[in-house]
Amino acid sequence: MHPWLEKQRHLIDFTLAALARRKAKNIGLLAAYALLVFVLASLALFTQALRKEAGFVLAASPEVIVQRMVAGRHDLIPPGYLDKIGRLRGVQKKEGRLWGYYYDPVVSANYTFMARPAEEVASGSIMLGATLARARGLQLGNLISFRSYAGKLFSFKVAALLSPDSELLAADLVLLSEEDFRAFFDYPAGHYTDIALSVANPQEVRNIAAKLANALPDSRPILREEVLRTYQSIFDWREGIVLTVLAGAILAFALLAWDKASGLSAEEKREIGILKAIGWETGDVIRMKLWEGVLVSLSAFLLGFVAAYIHVFYFGAAIFKPVLQGWAVLYPSFTLVPAVDGLQIATLAFFTIFPYSAAVLVPIWRAATTDPDAVMR
Amino acid sequence: MLFQPAIIALLLASGLAVLMLAVAAPFAVQVIRRWDIASGSELQLALERRTYLFSTLLGFVFAAQLGALLLFVFTADRLSVMFVGAMCAVGTLNVNGYGFAALLTQIGVFFLAAMWLTINHADSQARDYPLVRLKYGLLLVLLPLLAGSFWLELQYFRGLKANVITSCCGSLFSGEAKTIAGEASGLPAQPAILLFYAALTAAVAAALVHWRHAGRASGYVLAATSGGAFVAAITGILSFVSLYIYEHPHHHCPFCILKPEYDYQGYALYLPLFVATAAGLGAGALQPFARIPSLATSLPRLSARLAGVAAVGFSIFSVLASYFVLASRLRLLE
Repeated sequence: MHPWLEKQRHLIDFTLAALARRKAKNIGLLAAYALLVFVLASLALFTQALRKEAGFVLAASPEVIVQRMVAGRHDLIPPGYLDKIGRLRGVQKKEGRLWGYYYDPVVSANYTFMARPAEEVASGSIMLGATLARARGLQLGNLISFRSYAGKLFSFKVAALLSPDSELLAADLVLLSEEDFRAFFDYPAGHYTDIALSVANPQEVRNIAAKLANALPDSRPILREEVLRTYQSIFDWREGIVLTVLAGAILAFALLAWDKASGLSAEEKREIGILKAIGWETGDVIRMKLWEGVLVSLSAFLLGFVAAYIHVFYFGAAIFKPVLQGWAVLYPSFTLVPAVDGLQIATLAFFTIFPYSAAVLVPIWRAATTDPDAVMR
Repeated sequence: MLFQPAIIALLLASGLAVLMLAVAAPFAVQVIRRWDIASGSELQLALERRTYLFSTLLGFVFAAQLGALLLFVFTADRLSVMFVGAMCAVGTLNVNGYGFAALLTQIGVFFLAAMWLTINHADSQARDYPLVRLKYGLLLVLLPLLAGSFWLELQYFRGLKANVITSCCGSLFSGEAKTIAGEASGLPAQPAILLFYAALTAAVAAALVHWRHAGRASGYVLAATSGGAFVAAITGILSFVSLYIYEHPHHHCPFCILKPEYDYQGYALYLPLFVATAAGLGAGALQPFARIPSLATSLPRLSARLAGVAAVGFSIFSVLASYFVLASRLRLLE
């Protein structure tokens, strides 16, 4: 073997033996270190998984949604508005959408009602999201009545439950026919809630939005990429806030590491003294101590990261869920897709290994430069 | 500013690095003024001890700098979804004027730091620490550079506001652009290929000559050709290597090759290139001290070894780049 490698191998051997001799002290440090990595890694893994989930969910949404504004407020699309848009080059499909919210006092939650064409949902029947069906205890073929805002009672037959795969989107969704929708909400004839446009070429989306804003100055085009970007910023921001809150913990850990590294016991000092007396140089002692840091860091990082992975993807990140994912009465239950990426690991290393190493450098040097005669006397 | 964990980590790392160097600065001044290897005074002993601390500390700072450089490019790439029109790191770095300045300064600091560490290593091989004053003088020069790099990074991140329209890589590297990057990629494939292979061959040849016989002149030549090869290699990546990797005649981006879509081929290229350039420059940085008696034996050996590293690194880089070009289904030249 190369002499340099040989030397490092012996240093590692020696360091491991030295670490094992002071189990209690080192296990304490390792536990604190691994806990810090665990908390930060859970945070990173969980927000990354949420970001991914948001991306998946939005992938199938329309590229552009057009709303009409009146006095800066969202208003109904009047009849003839769709025709005013005319034919836009690059737009594959445009359709008026009908949707609204309905407050159900039984479970004290808002449902989203959305009209679908008659081929999909027959009049008198509805399709339900899984979370909503669970909350109301509904099954296929059951009848359910809703009292409309006008005070009339409407009965619907549950024709289908929406697939649990779409639960994140469809948790509180009720699909019904256009005719039922207009009757239930007393919706003015010919009016729509908003307009959805499908655009084939993603690079054309902004041009189309600009043309729309020109042709219809009272409209507000919302792009899918803008929605996606907003979600990304929200999750970044939430992660950043939690991280700032945890900055105190990182600092406390750095102080602990400093303290542990500088509080050498008399026995350790004697050991270094003997090593130097039998011919070790200051550089060798520093190298040994650096190896100690590397070994402790790597094991703590590995332990903490694996624990965080299990916590997030097997136990649904119970600790951070309330802070990071937001809340709703009808909260969808969904499983996160496991994903680990390099940027997260690198960032995590900068937040844990970097402060640790910075904190132990000076104590290491102080230990390495002690005079053998001073400690052995 | 964007409140993003990776950005906080980067600012934390470079802020801490500047702080550490700033703490070391008064000591550096003390060494320059009071160092006297012949003296047995208490002050001299304390100074000698402290040099251990500061070499370790600087090694740490520079290792962190290298990690931060990678993280910076990673982060820029990841942030591209936040900006309209930005498709990869190029778009993000172009959001404001500080982006590319920050990246180039970081690369510069990395190479200077590598040279400093080489000199430090050579110095610690000699019994009488002949270069200690010079080393700490250079440290004082590096401090403002590191602080400047931190400042640029801070300005860049502070100026990032999601949604600013930027040019994507297609429009930036489209040849009409008047920036350095634009001009380099505007180089047609044929002269770029000639320049690329000429510069790399020169660097490998200089490295081999210096490896066989570590003379002073060949050391300087090695440093110069290494620097030249680095520039030519980046130009080559911009103007033809990346095109072959993407199999697209107009995609000149130097960062997208780092992405998983292209099997991380960029790492295989950049890693040997950066190592070889750092080694070549390091060998050159040693040459002014070749005449110092206590370094007369150890220094040529060290610089020959660095030349070996440079030769191997540049060769790996050229072979890999040629392989990517030959294996590609794109044909630029008939």
